[in-house]
Amino acid sequence: MKGWTTLFYKEVLRFWKVGFQTVAAPVMTAILYLLIFGHVLESHVEVYDGVGYTAFLLPGLIMMSVLQNAFANSSSSLIQSKIMGNLVFILLSPLSHRAWFLAYVGSSMVRGMVVGAGVLLATFWTAHLSFAEPLWILTFALLGSALLGALGVIAGLWAEKFDHNAAVTNFVVQPLALLSGTFYVIDNLSPAFQQVSRVNPFFYVISGFRFGFLGQSDIGATNQAVLHGALGLGLLNAVLAYITYRILKSGWKLKG
Amino acid sequence: MPAVSFQNVSKTFATARGELHALKGVSFDIEPGEFFGLLGPNGAGKTTLISILAGLSRASSGRVLVHGADVQSDFAEARRQLGVVPQELVFDPFFNVREALRFQSGYFGIQHNDDWIDELLDGLGLADKANANMRQLSGGMKRRVLVAQALVHKPPVIVLDEPTAGVDVELRQTLWAFVSRLNKQGSTVLLTTHYLEEAEALCHRIAMLKLGQVVALDKTSELLKRAVATQLCFKTDQALPPALAAQARVTGRVVRLPAQDAAAVERLLAQLREQGIAIEDIEIRKADLEDVFLDLMSGHQETSA
Repeated sequence: MKGWTTLFYKEVLRFWKVGFQTVAAPVMTAILYLLIFGHVLESHVEVYDGVGYTAFLLPGLIMMSVLQNAFANSSSSLIQSKIMGNLVFILLSPLSHRAWFLAYVGSSMVRGMVVGAGVLLATFWTAHLSFAEPLWILTFALLGSALLGALGVIAGLWAEKFDHNAAVTNFVVQPLALLSGTFYVIDNLSPAFQQVSRVNPFFYVISGFRFGFLGQSDIGATNQAVLHGALGLGLLNAVLAYITYRILKSGWKLKG
Repeated sequence: MPAVSFQNVSKTFATARGELHALKGVSFDIEPGEFFGLLGPNGAGKTTLISILAGLSRASSGRVLVHGADVQSDFAEARRQLGVVPQELVFDPFFNVREALRFQSGYFGIQHNDDWIDELLDGLGLADKANANMRQLSGGMKRRVLVAQALVHKPPVIVLDEPTAGVDVELRQTLWAFVSRLNKQGSTVLLTTHYLEEAEALCHRIAMLKLGQVVALDKTSELLKRAVATQLCFKTDQALPPALAAQARVTGRVVRLPAQDAAAVERLLAQLREQGIAIEDIEIRKADLEDVFLDLMSGHQETSA
């Protein structure tokens, strides 16, 4: 077993050991969103032809949970072990920067997907989901969780106290997640806000993911349209992965 | 090939009050199998030097090799050769002792390490704590786990950074018995400590750092020879006359005065009697490492290494 798989396994076990907080709680939050928004808006909001509001909302909620939890995993693990001091055990090991990257991003992806699967299992019966394009569901789940896992690594390295980390969560990740078309179709927004949505990468993650469930989305209802979104996200992931890797290699905020 | 080679290592920190030169061209080698002591007052640069050796910090200039592997450019190999016990009492609160040791083994690419982990747990008196969560352990027990974590990959060079700061007598003895055994089996040990009697008892060779520079580097026995051979020690409640106070080392009621020979002792006693100073518990003792240390740190001796 290569060293990175140990670190990956440790990171997965870390969140699993506190599963009530890291898995059950976000699933519960998503269920509450679904109950409240689904109940209030089901008969008032028009989305796509033949698609009920709850069916529209569900993929958005699942992906929002995936994104938030993928980010929370790497960022909170790093800031915790920096503040507790136990990051030294990894710093003293021969693990390479690639190993760090794979382990922290990989375990974040697992956490995001586990929470997403939990939300799906708890809620799929509440609406009619056709699962039209399962491969796109998986692709966008992977792209979205990897993106946020890597962002979490950068935030966790940058943060010097829990407050810093919470600031990135509440002032960057949450707004991007909530303003990405999780709860609404962007056609209903003013043109300016539509433009803002279109530069938000989370919008493409959620729309592509939704296309997998419904065969329709804000970025189009064809495989071609969604493929463009996936390629764009793939490129963004590659750039972010490169930046994260360089940061890890530089020892930024880790080595004096 | 030396086990550890510090080659002209300098470290500068940018602070609000300008540049701080924590290390100024430190060079020395530690040979394989040595029990080596690194001493110096707080702020001398010991921990900075250890951090650079461990790869936790980067030297501003110079380099450090562990069995020939550069700690920066060949960090993976250098770290395999090193087992570092950090000074801070750190632990991962999510896991129990055995899990922590298995993970640490895994980071070094070692699987199925339970035989050696059990030996470490036994040797460090942790056998009954293997399944206890790290949070439940006392400070001393956590310290033992830190030692075990540093040794999971059987490193040929063991670095102990103030391992006995604030720990009880029992742990100190367990720790030294265990580390001495490893040293006898061939491990190189680098120790930093504030307890000079420990260094005197354990270390073959000692380097003393002061303000980022090596001010002494020699065999422990040679360093001890440098000290003024004997001292007159006594207790008193009264103030010493200025002439004596200038050369005395006073700790509470205890006074130590350098005295080369019997005639010097007689002279000192006569002076005290003339001044009417009442003294008790009179003793003539040999100087120890603490005397050498204090002498060097107060600048009485200057030795280039």
